[in-house]
Amino acid sequence: MATQVHPLEDAVIGPNQNNTTITEKISDIVLGKDAPLFWYIGVLAGLSLAGGIAHGAAWLVLKGTGVWGLNIPVGWGFAIINFVWWIGIGHAGTLISAILLLFRQDWRTSINRFAEAMTLFAVSCAGLFPLLHVGRPWLAFWLMPYQNTMNVWPQFRSPLVWDVFAVTTYATVSALFWYTGLVPDLATMRDRAKTKVVRRIYGIFALGWRGSARHWERYESVYLILAGISTPLVVSVHTVVSFDFAVSVIPGWHATLFPPYFVAGAIYSGFAMVLTLAIPVRHFYKLHDFITMRHIENMAKITLATGLVVFYGYMTELFFGWYSANEYEQYMVMNRISGPYWYMYWTLIFCNGLTPQLLWFRKIRRNLVLLFVISLVVNVGMWLERFVIVVTSLHRDFLPSSWGMYFPTFWDIILYLGTIGQFVLLFFLFLRFVPMIAMFEMKHLVHKSEQVKQG
Amino acid sequence: MSETNHSSQPIDLAEIRAKLQSSSGRQYWKSLEEVAGTPEFQDILKHEFPSESDTFTDPVGRRHFLSIMGASLALAGVTGCTRQPKEYILPFAAQPEEAVPGVPRYFATAMPFGGIGEPLLAECHQNRPTKLEGNPDHPLSLGATSLQAQASVLNMYDPDRLRTVVSDHRASSWTAFTPEFRRQAALQAQKRGSGLRILSGSSTSPTFKAAMDRALERFPDAVWHQWEPVNRDAAVVASEACFGQVLDAHYDLKAAKVILSLDADFLSNTPGSVRSLRDFANGRQVENGQADMNRLYVAEAAPSVTGASADHRLRLKASEVEVFAAALAERLGVSTGATVPALSEKATAWIEPLAVDLQRAGATAVVIAGDQQTPGVHALAHAINAQLGAVGATVSYSAPIDIAPTNQLSSLTALVSAMNDGSVEMLVILGGNPCYDTPGDAGFRDALLKVPFRVMLAEAGNETSVECHWQLPGTHYLEAWGDIRAKDGSVVLQQPMIEPLFGGKSQVEFLSMLVEEDASGRDLLRATFAATAGLSEAEMEPVWRKALHDGVVAGTGATAADAALSADWTRLVNLAPADGVELVIRPDSTVWDGTYSNNGWMQELPKPITKLTWENVAQVSPATAERLSLRNGEVVELGRGGLKVRGPVWIAPGQADDVIVVHLGYGRTHSGRVCEGAGFNSYALQTTAERWHAPSVDFAKRNEFAPPACVQDHGSMEGRHLVRVATAAEYEEHPNFAQMIGGHGGGSDEHAPAPAGVGAPYVGAIGSDSADGPQADVRFQSGRSDGTAYSDVKNDKSFFPEYNYTGNAWGLTIDLNRCVGCNACMAACHSENNIPVVGKDQVARGREMHWIRIDRYFEGELDDPATYYQPLTCMQCENAPCEPVCPVGATVHSSEGLNDMVYNRCVGTRYCSNNCPYKVRRFNFLLYQDFETDTYQLQRNPDVTVRSRGVMEKCTYCVQRINYVRTTAEKEDRPIRDGEILTACQQVCPAEAITFGNINDPAAKVTLQKKDPRNYGLLEELNTQPRTTYLARVSNPNPEMPVTGAGANHGEEHSMSAQVTEA
Repeated sequence: MATQVHPLEDAVIGPNQNNTTITEKISDIVLGKDAPLFWYIGVLAGLSLAGGIAHGAAWLVLKGTGVWGLNIPVGWGFAIINFVWWIGIGHAGTLISAILLLFRQDWRTSINRFAEAMTLFAVSCAGLFPLLHVGRPWLAFWLMPYQNTMNVWPQFRSPLVWDVFAVTTYATVSALFWYTGLVPDLATMRDRAKTKVVRRIYGIFALGWRGSARHWERYESVYLILAGISTPLVVSVHTVVSFDFAVSVIPGWHATLFPPYFVAGAIYSGFAMVLTLAIPVRHFYKLHDFITMRHIENMAKITLATGLVVFYGYMTELFFGWYSANEYEQYMVMNRISGPYWYMYWTLIFCNGLTPQLLWFRKIRRNLVLLFVISLVVNVGMWLERFVIVVTSLHRDFLPSSWGMYFPTFWDIILYLGTIGQFVLLFFLFLRFVPMIAMFEMKHLVHKSEQVKQG
Repeated sequence: MSETNHSSQPIDLAEIRAKLQSSSGRQYWKSLEEVAGTPEFQDILKHEFPSESDTFTDPVGRRHFLSIMGASLALAGVTGCTRQPKEYILPFAAQPEEAVPGVPRYFATAMPFGGIGEPLLAECHQNRPTKLEGNPDHPLSLGATSLQAQASVLNMYDPDRLRTVVSDHRASSWTAFTPEFRRQAALQAQKRGSGLRILSGSSTSPTFKAAMDRALERFPDAVWHQWEPVNRDAAVVASEACFGQVLDAHYDLKAAKVILSLDADFLSNTPGSVRSLRDFANGRQVENGQADMNRLYVAEAAPSVTGASADHRLRLKASEVEVFAAALAERLGVSTGATVPALSEKATAWIEPLAVDLQRAGATAVVIAGDQQTPGVHALAHAINAQLGAVGATVSYSAPIDIAPTNQLSSLTALVSAMNDGSVEMLVILGGNPCYDTPGDAGFRDALLKVPFRVMLAEAGNETSVECHWQLPGTHYLEAWGDIRAKDGSVVLQQPMIEPLFGGKSQVEFLSMLVEEDASGRDLLRATFAATAGLSEAEMEPVWRKALHDGVVAGTGATAADAALSADWTRLVNLAPADGVELVIRPDSTVWDGTYSNNGWMQELPKPITKLTWENVAQVSPATAERLSLRNGEVVELGRGGLKVRGPVWIAPGQADDVIVVHLGYGRTHSGRVCEGAGFNSYALQTTAERWHAPSVDFAKRNEFAPPACVQDHGSMEGRHLVRVATAAEYEEHPNFAQMIGGHGGGSDEHAPAPAGVGAPYVGAIGSDSADGPQADVRFQSGRSDGTAYSDVKNDKSFFPEYNYTGNAWGLTIDLNRCVGCNACMAACHSENNIPVVGKDQVARGREMHWIRIDRYFEGELDDPATYYQPLTCMQCENAPCEPVCPVGATVHSSEGLNDMVYNRCVGTRYCSNNCPYKVRRFNFLLYQDFETDTYQLQRNPDVTVRSRGVMEKCTYCVQRINYVRTTAEKEDRPIRDGEILTACQQVCPAEAITFGNINDPAAKVTLQKKDPRNYGLLEELNTQPRTTYLARVSNPNPEMPVTGAGANHGEEHSMSAQVTEA
């Protein structure tokens, strides 16, 4: 099959890398005196976009939810779409770091750290929306169970409360997992730091790591335990998010298919996002030896596999719309296909149904430019999927007298762009201040591949 | 917003019509674009909900919005989060007698509507009138009120009323005014008042008459003119010609079996309509499988509420109504003395069966002519009624209740010419607004400016008062003493509920000033009262108190009059149907003649037929729109006699072809913050010669779009069984037709091929076997394959036992056979529940706040559909989808089955609304409630939480009323009696369509109604178990009538019943 490909291209690490080069290459990005120009551009772009959050949120809180395009019947719009989209994106990080770790997939090593970082940043973007979208954001904490004099608790039958638990758990575990994995590398940073201040800062975060055998032994077990805790989250978080819809009675929401379909969609969009980030990072930081074509191709393959599951979900929705023999379900399906938002649906089918089929071809999987474009298309597609689910189900439900339309306003859009800005900004800061590839794990790979070479 | 990318392609109405015709059976649809499914529909939607434009960045939108919401939003912008209202708690130094805080008191009074009284009870909280109810003891109310009465309380709290005496646009005072007025009056008195003119509206008030008589005693040569924009001139003129004197006609719809309306909207928007509607609804009994129903025929140009209730409705140009009436009269053997021009084929086909039906009914038939029709139509109606023998049975005549019935148009033109020739030196205007509401060519304003001394007593400043030297604050009817006669002639005393808010004087007090007596309104009223009753001061006290308490002066009423038809009447018959495009002008169904322009509740109420809010439009029929290539929202310019107005087109199915209908009451220039900039002034299109319809109108298309805010442009019935209808014959065959129709299953036409020869959309295709043959009426097949109706299926799939309601269990029924869609319930709900007004922009965005709404569906062919109404309250589902999804438990079930809202707890996730299949929940997307305007604060119902921004709200079955009665019952240690609790919508409903009560009480009316075979739950297949249920509608078509429009769907009734599968 892969006969024409040089075997070394399939390696998970370049052939000329040794312990020293790895450490130097990766830590120099962080400890180097100056950052490359594109870094400044990226930070500036992220910062200016992120201003949209301040702008959009301030106006929203001052004026009310009505500054958005929402109405009755469409009570949820951009906020919920964006929330689900960001949460979904986060999933790849957890999958890579936890599940692939448990399955001893070596190729996860070079991408796990920034995939996890991506998870954290995506969750931080996602978390903004449920907070801001409520009518009285200053009371959003009422969704948390806390002791109060009124002895009033959240209403535990509501999926929105499950959401609170799912997302906060997810954010906490992801942060812990990421940080734990960082500790040995932070110690390396501390040791290689050239100034006292830098050494001091990394020293604090390195938690006194000295690399003793006992440290390593504890580290390994903690990391494995956290991986074990994270693993069910890959499935549970988006399952719970899907309950936000599946528990309702609205045609287009009320579907048993939703949990697996949402999880697959999440991983699908997550891997697409990892590709979107990895391809330029690899190019600009010249990390070809660390993020090899094998990584890229594997991620493309997972994108393809989950994309097929998602597409199967679309087909199942159509089938059950017809097979349900329920006029509301049938109307919902027809409305998606040919209603006023038909263009959203067909663009979605193009993005998520047709585009991933290109990944069947090895040539395309190895064409970085195409792959980058495909990953962007998939991200757009996954956003559209949430739009189709949220808006086209709500805007025409049971009583035709109440049907309406939803169009986003400037304030919907600016907040969305703001979160993209926040994501970009956080990611660029991450690239500059934290070693983006787990150095100590890469060294482990060098050791392994040498063994392979010798053996 | 940009309108540039509108394509100029009109909707293909021919295609729509073909689409609708190509399928038989019931098809519900709501808007033309929907039926067409055109891409333009999305285009229009896009323009209606423009994504790019935003209220808060668009300066015009923002200004308008701010003007409605007062200063509150501006302040909110500075202070951030929502301001809560400031409150002071102050004790009474001395407790007023009978005033118990928290216990409202009710006082009898009456609202003037076109000068005629509507008997009411005013609910007062701490001496603030907050809501009006009908006076149950008065036969013209029987506890219900009209839409106008509900809204009138807000007119009193209009923040833009005259707050002080204004002299030449500067604030002044009564003390400054009085000497000047005295001086001018004295000058006139010297000349026997030859230079003095007084202008007032129509009046039935004996005290006003007495005061006017006193004034005319002091000024014998002065002239009193009358002008009411929506007056009864045609009836007055016809009556004089027919009977040689002015008589009032009274129609007894209780006794009527066949009713023909000649362009008369007698079920709403007419003085006395409350009782008419009650009698009409009572005349349509469907009980125990027996349909004992009257039959209503309506011939009209502009679709009306009455037309929507008709069993047969004929679309005619307004000018053809007289021809139709003449043809009918001739057929009935009345000689009209005129040659009757040919009518359209359809109208001709109507004459024979209609005449037969009327003759069969004989004395139980009645023909009613509309106030906006010609004297000829009125005369013909009188003659037909006489010919049928209805006079003395369903029709009676009485001496007029107006104190001086007159042809007001002549009165007005006489005044204008007098003002023009300089003979008017002093003009006293008592209320009204003639600069605005007189015909465009009358030249009232120009003439007015020639009068050297102009004084106006105005309830609110308006276009006329600003042209006067002195603008004097008048009183609202809730602020002053007075009397007025109801339609039946009975005198009702009006008593002040509150001191005049802005120090105004009533009209009689002002007339008393004119004669330098300065008597108080109360003294004037008591003087008239004593004189009429022939009692001394001492004797009258108990009678007076009783009259005040009862809301009617005992023994008063219209004096029956003998009405012998003189031969002279035929001279009025003038048969001249218009050839071209006819202009029809009608009072508006919400803002009326402009009286309610500055009333936010009225502005936001959707018009019953078009469901438009906040403006008037140029209504055209689908065929006319097609012919003239007009589209919804396209701006046209209409002009007559050099005066032009501009407004958007709206296509109204059911309207007569070649007719443009416009409504009055909009285009105000000096009214106030609410209606500024809303609509166009249709009075400009009136001429003194042709006020209500004109044979031609200048018409020009503007290349602009201004889509109106419609609350219900979206969607068609899509074959869903929402409104369930059968004919009387079908009902008698299958009293439980509503349940047979119901039941869901698959099958709107796109997805399941319909059996040959049957209408698809109504089918529960999957599960309903079409093997019954091509003639089977699939409507009557159950959606369930085992042949049982859905309502027979118990909820036996749950793991948990159902909650056992041991005490009260509240339920509500809405009888669709009684509801005519008059909107009174919506206004009552606004008034009772402190519902905010959101403004046109927000309505256009789909954010109106009505807790009860009235869905309107069309059925049948495009040009002549049947119109159905379905009011929706919160269904208070036992299995409420909203409850389990609320994360904070802000909507919870009560032990009596109510779905309660806990406003304080609501954080506003809106999940409950998303999950509500009925979409009856309303969200405060912005700070809609006006916390700042002082007068509005006074109107609030203290028993209902005033909701703020970010909170969900909805119908509660008026839980405050339930709790009030519960407290009373508990204090008296007794159970709550059936009928003791009335929800606001129920109480106001003139048709008694809404019934509320305890469904655990087997004898309660609501329980009995729920056992009626016509009872069905909306969307009950979702197992929401709604506590609000509907009684299906039954129509009573005449089988001999030609099959069109509404009748078309009943035409097959006999053939279909044989094949019906029994459930």
